[in-house]
Amino acid sequence: MKHDFSELRLDRVTRRFAGHGGAAFNALSALTMTIKRGEFIALLGPSGCGKSTALNCIAGLLPLSDGSIMLDDVRIDTLPPERRGFGMVFQNYALFPHMSVDRNVGFGLRMRGVAGAEVATRVAKALKMVQLTGQEHKLPGQLSGGQQQRVAIARAIVIEPPLVLMDEPLSNLDAKLRIETRAEIRRIHTELGRATIYVTHDQDEALSLADRIVVMKDGVAQQIAPPEEVYLQPSNLHVARFMGYRNVLELDVAGQDGDRVTLTGPGIRLLGTKKLPLANGRAAVAIRPEEASIGTAGDTNAVAGEVTNVEYGGRDSLVDVRTPGGIVIHVRAPHPPRVGEATHVVVPVARALVYPVG
Amino acid sequence: MAASAPLAREPFDKSLLLVAPGALFMLLLFVYPFLYGLWLSFTPKEGGALANYAHFFTTDNLWPTIWTTLKLALPATLINVGLALPIAFKMRLKTPYQRIVTTILVVPITLGTVLIAEGMLIYFGPKGWLAQFLQFFHLYDGPIRLTHNFTGVLISLVVSGFPFAFLLILSYITGIDPGLARAAATLGADPKAQFRQIYLPLLAPGLAMCFCLAFVQAFSVFPSAVLLGSPAGPTRVISIAAYEAAFEQYDYSLASAIAMIMGGVQLLIVVAVLGLRNLFYRGPVVGGKG
Repeated sequence: MKHDFSELRLDRVTRRFAGHGGAAFNALSALTMTIKRGEFIALLGPSGCGKSTALNCIAGLLPLSDGSIMLDDVRIDTLPPERRGFGMVFQNYALFPHMSVDRNVGFGLRMRGVAGAEVATRVAKALKMVQLTGQEHKLPGQLSGGQQQRVAIARAIVIEPPLVLMDEPLSNLDAKLRIETRAEIRRIHTELGRATIYVTHDQDEALSLADRIVVMKDGVAQQIAPPEEVYLQPSNLHVARFMGYRNVLELDVAGQDGDRVTLTGPGIRLLGTKKLPLANGRAAVAIRPEEASIGTAGDTNAVAGEVTNVEYGGRDSLVDVRTPGGIVIHVRAPHPPRVGEATHVVVPVARALVYPVG
Repeated sequence: MAASAPLAREPFDKSLLLVAPGALFMLLLFVYPFLYGLWLSFTPKEGGALANYAHFFTTDNLWPTIWTTLKLALPATLINVGLALPIAFKMRLKTPYQRIVTTILVVPITLGTVLIAEGMLIYFGPKGWLAQFLQFFHLYDGPIRLTHNFTGVLISLVVSGFPFAFLLILSYITGIDPGLARAAATLGADPKAQFRQIYLPLLAPGLAMCFCLAFVQAFSVFPSAVLLGSPAGPTRVISIAAYEAAFEQYDYSLASAIAMIMGGVQLLIVVAVLGLRNLFYRGPVVGGKG
């Protein structure tokens, strides 16, 4: 077991399961990526996308069906979990209910044969890091959800693992605690200086925590990129939909000029920016509600319509505008028009992303 | 003091009536006979109230039956729990064999003790299949005496008691969150350490309970002690002594006293084991909210 490393290489990591009627399906298809020391990686996607499968494969809790995992020059995918030495934080925490907090946290050290006195110092240090000093002798059942979660983190990091794996660690906490603990997790990651792989279905969590995000769907990594790139330049329509591009309109391609694409539909004529090669015919344009705005007929790329709904949202409101052709476009506006008014939605050409239909 | 308004009374919960048949049943068929027996044991044919008990503990063919029974029941219980634990542990995960193996192991539960005894006489007897097999292949040429002695009764207690112990332990083990063992594995615990550190401590209270139930069942052994043992000698268990007092000497009072002593010994062991159980963690066997 190593404590430090310079890179973890996943090479075509694949996991197949038997599906209904015995047909095998790939829960994880050929995931290939290299994770450097110090990186914070988020595996992001809806449930069933293969993100937890990927994490369990790395942890050694699921054998691979294909591919390999290398920690520097050591092949680890053939090792059982107890010989990989990665720290893992489980979604339901999986604290040992019959052990006090300090015995839970010290478990990994005792398994490694660390001497009693050193276990005590390192456990105390880890509990201090997660701000649980004073709770040493309680049983997990006597702690709140947030405290249990921090015990789980302390237990995973006290062994100083090269890699910390986290499986939706915040999903059982309430909204306020979630945001606080999020910051804690990033701080602990920086303090340890190793690597973290973090599974989540929450875009905000992934965007705020990660150095790189792996967006997954149906077992396939759709895009592996830094947060701003995933946010601003989704690699395909799936990623765009998942990253909050709520308006996905399917229109006809009327013309292409370099990156510029002209799209037409019933009562709509839009200019967009091509993200992937397009055939002539149909194409989909993805637009974030907060990147469109309410404007006038004179603006470039304006679409006329009627306001059908306004949802108040504090700093701005979510406005639904229906074109004469029946297409509804969502747009965020600080000063929304009233329901029933005629208006225009203006979309910046660079922020109307055009993808092939699929 | 001002009279306060009476508290609104909860309407009578009619579903409580569902308890009535069970309570009546217990009263008529357990509590009354037990109290009657207890009273009977203190009214001997001759002598003072404690004469029966004095007689039991001073008669050479009565008081040793306690040891005879313990010598059968304790090993049988330990063997049953000890065998059931590793097998139930292996069967805790859903595998294609799980259902088949469980079914095969549980079949003896459906057979009565008398049927098991008959079968054992044929299989384990001096001219039984086992003896014939061993002698035919010259694996063991000495005389084979596995029935009509201590061994015969012990084997029978294991055959009839194992399924109970197995089913009980299996239900305890499958209740333990397998995620705990996975968590232990990621922290460096090999399968042996996972068993010793996680499963065993969480199972301990269940094992104690299982031990008690299996012990009480084995302690009241009667049919197999008669059919497969030597009821005059090494397997003269306490229930045989009670039977003889009641139906050979027609001394119901002495028989009741023996039955009370039998209950007392069982209670003593059960209380001791449950006392030990309190030393272990008891509570939820899952690892957090979820």
